[in-house]
Amino acid sequence: MSTLWARIEPLLARVQKPARYIGCEDGAATPEADLFGRPDVVEWLLAYPDTYEIGLPNQGLQILFEILNERPDAVAERTYSPWSDMNDEMRGAGVPLFSVDHHRSAAEFDVLAFNLSSELVYTNVLNMIDLAGAPVRAADRDDDDLLVIVGGHAAFNPEPLADFIDAAVLGEGEEVVSDITEAVRNWKSAGRTDRAGFLRELSKVSGVYVPSMYAVTYEGEHIASIEPRFADVPATVDKRTVADLGEWPYPKSPIVPLTEVVHDRLSVEVFRGCTRGCRFCQAGMITRPVRERPAEQVRTMIREGLRSTGYDEVSLTSLSTADFSDIEPVVRGVLDDAQDIPGSCDTLTINLPSLRVDAFTVGLAGEVNNGRRSGLTFAPEAGSWRLRKVINKLIVEEDLYGAVESAFSQGWTRMKLYFLTGLPTETDEDTLGIVELAKNCVEIGKRHTNRASVTVSLGGFVPKPHTPFQWFGQNTEEELRRKIDLVRDAAKKAKGVNVKWHHPDASVAEGIATRGDRRVGAVIERVWREGGLFQEWGEHFDLTRWTTAMEAEGLSTEWYVYRHREEHEILPWSHLTAGLHQDFLWGDWLDALAESGVEDCRWTPCYDCGVCTGYGIEHVVASPIAPAGGSQGTGQDLDRGGEVPVALMPTRREPAMSGDGAGS
Amino acid sequence: MPVAFTEGFTPRAKISFGLALPTGAESIAEYVDIELQRDIAVDDVDLDTLPARLSDALPNGFDVLVAIERETGAASLQEAVTSCTWQLWSTQLAAEDHRDACRLLESTELVLERERKGKRSADDVRPMLLDLRPDPTGDRLIADLVTVGRALRPGELAELAYPRIDARDVRALRTHQWIDDDGTRREVIPLPADVDASALAVLA
Repeated sequence: MSTLWARIEPLLARVQKPARYIGCEDGAATPEADLFGRPDVVEWLLAYPDTYEIGLPNQGLQILFEILNERPDAVAERTYSPWSDMNDEMRGAGVPLFSVDHHRSAAEFDVLAFNLSSELVYTNVLNMIDLAGAPVRAADRDDDDLLVIVGGHAAFNPEPLADFIDAAVLGEGEEVVSDITEAVRNWKSAGRTDRAGFLRELSKVSGVYVPSMYAVTYEGEHIASIEPRFADVPATVDKRTVADLGEWPYPKSPIVPLTEVVHDRLSVEVFRGCTRGCRFCQAGMITRPVRERPAEQVRTMIREGLRSTGYDEVSLTSLSTADFSDIEPVVRGVLDDAQDIPGSCDTLTINLPSLRVDAFTVGLAGEVNNGRRSGLTFAPEAGSWRLRKVINKLIVEEDLYGAVESAFSQGWTRMKLYFLTGLPTETDEDTLGIVELAKNCVEIGKRHTNRASVTVSLGGFVPKPHTPFQWFGQNTEEELRRKIDLVRDAAKKAKGVNVKWHHPDASVAEGIATRGDRRVGAVIERVWREGGLFQEWGEHFDLTRWTTAMEAEGLSTEWYVYRHREEHEILPWSHLTAGLHQDFLWGDWLDALAESGVEDCRWTPCYDCGVCTGYGIEHVVASPIAPAGGSQGTGQDLDRGGEVPVALMPTRREPAMSGDGAGS
Repeated sequence: MPVAFTEGFTPRAKISFGLALPTGAESIAEYVDIELQRDIAVDDVDLDTLPARLSDALPNGFDVLVAIERETGAASLQEAVTSCTWQLWSTQLAAEDHRDACRLLESTELVLERERKGKRSADDVRPMLLDLRPDPTGDRLIADLVTVGRALRPGELAELAYPRIDARDVRALRTHQWIDDDGTRREVIPLPADVDASALAVLA
């Protein structure tokens, strides 16, 4: 084994947070060195293209790290994007990308596999490939060069990265990493020649998309066709889905970092998938169906995890944790178990992220956080019932006020409400409704405390592939800014209401990368070559880099971001599927425009979105009954709204219509 | 261990480390005070086996060497330690550089411009220098630095002592932390000689 440590260590005194690069974490299932460099062992370098603090807690990466290291024919190590200071030092000293486990050069691995949780990390992906010493463009790679694979939610439209990656994995990785390992092992054992032939074989592995095996043609700006280059390459690539989460109790050995990270606590995934059907939510669409982890396994994983890590806080993760069938008994059981874990009984906090908005949920949250009342977050997402029906976030105001009343009465004084703006059909009345909701929540709070305050957190909506809103033209930067200003101005007069917002310029870059096609790859490469790293970080982001690159490549931001798509247009991801029928998504889009909600199919009859029927899988839910205090679509009157569908708002406002707040 | 916790909504273990080791600096031994719950006597935790048990629970590379009982009400480590001994060296430095560095002691005033918490200031750090001497091999500088008040960091000393090289290329090793007992200094806990020797060997 060759380690780069002697060359890395002198750089550490020159950079911020050197603990990002040293590894040595407790719990890390670091592989044994005697497996390195063998022809019958596939070596994976699992990469998170953001900082160590963001990437270390990522459960997907930890899960695959363990699964691969349990295999006799695989080893996996981890790497994270070096921060800009370390990037400069490494380049200055000629140190390549390295693993944090054994500090081996990336070039010693067979596979460099990225977890893509968002699109603004794409320039970091290119930078890490380059730091690894591989040609940035896949077409320039030789037989001996790294195989570059991406997975994660953003990989459901990997087209902007098509020129830089060898393959993308759609869906869940637990099973497919083994299939890929076997394919690579066979190739490696046979001498690792004929890369193109190997990639063609790889394209036949279910869930694996190899961009170079597909030809894309264009007619003007539109895509004319996306066809496999060979008859044995599948025309459509389907996602992979684990049928039973109970068979995958990972991570078994959670990693405890030596430095502070973003989610510095034990995380246990209680279920995967969500069928609430929020139309803006890509995660909810691409991770169907709902698969709950058996309650007893949840309890065991928490008990063992607390013991092995020493954490006194556990987060029960999922897309909507209060929907877990056995949430109450599990929580009670965990609190009981904590009595037997030294040091935990008095201090254990159970964290329930992604809270449903109702009083039951608040009651639960009150029981489990050990008396802490630091703040409570709800996500109504839109300011009016009309718009919440459009996006299918079916929270009636009574639910929200009930939840807020319950929270203030239990001692909370601060509430945070998440909203999106720039949603389809959104009018200024809807936007201003955000402030009305917040004001009403403060009024409720005043009955209980004179310190009641509500923070509105406002994000610009970016339409995502594989959702009913994939056809929607994103609001322009100016329009988002105008709407944010509307909310800010209205909130100035509302005592107790604070507003925080995400800068809309980053939403434009996200829009380019999210629904981009292969031509956008040149833009990403240009932004990277101009020094655009860490584009999710305000101190590094500059929209001009993106707009300049778009112009230089002859591409229109208007066309890629702000334009409404048509029903039969070939979208860049048309050959990739999360199982959702195209006609289901289009129908759901029309329902959205008609302000018509759909119920959660976990508890109501199937409306055939295509996932369960297409893949022969089904919901794994312990209780067939909707949760107590049910809301958000369960048992509600969901008749259609107006008879005439609301027309789409024009995507670009004329200056005369832009209102007082525009451009400020 | 039956560790005492602070009161309130976010209880924290009553564990206090001594003087923080600057990021990037090395050390032969660091000290930590652990307060036990009120109804627990030190005898209840079995001091003989405690180092091994704690080492097992700690990440790789951390070993607990010695555990002793501290008097109740004794000053915290932060207050009790008044000076530290450091070794400084670099592949870019020779014995002559270390001998030259010792001449800093001849100055009556050593003004260093430095920044902390966003504020720049020019401080006379000469009073922080107790002693400077080459080690027996001549390859390293040994420095005794005062820790009371605004301390002089080893990196800051390196800036003053070796102006021709980048101070970030100078390695710093803390070898001793001293408590002043009525004019004589003593170690917080004297380390067994074999530990001292093996630590020095590892860090060489």
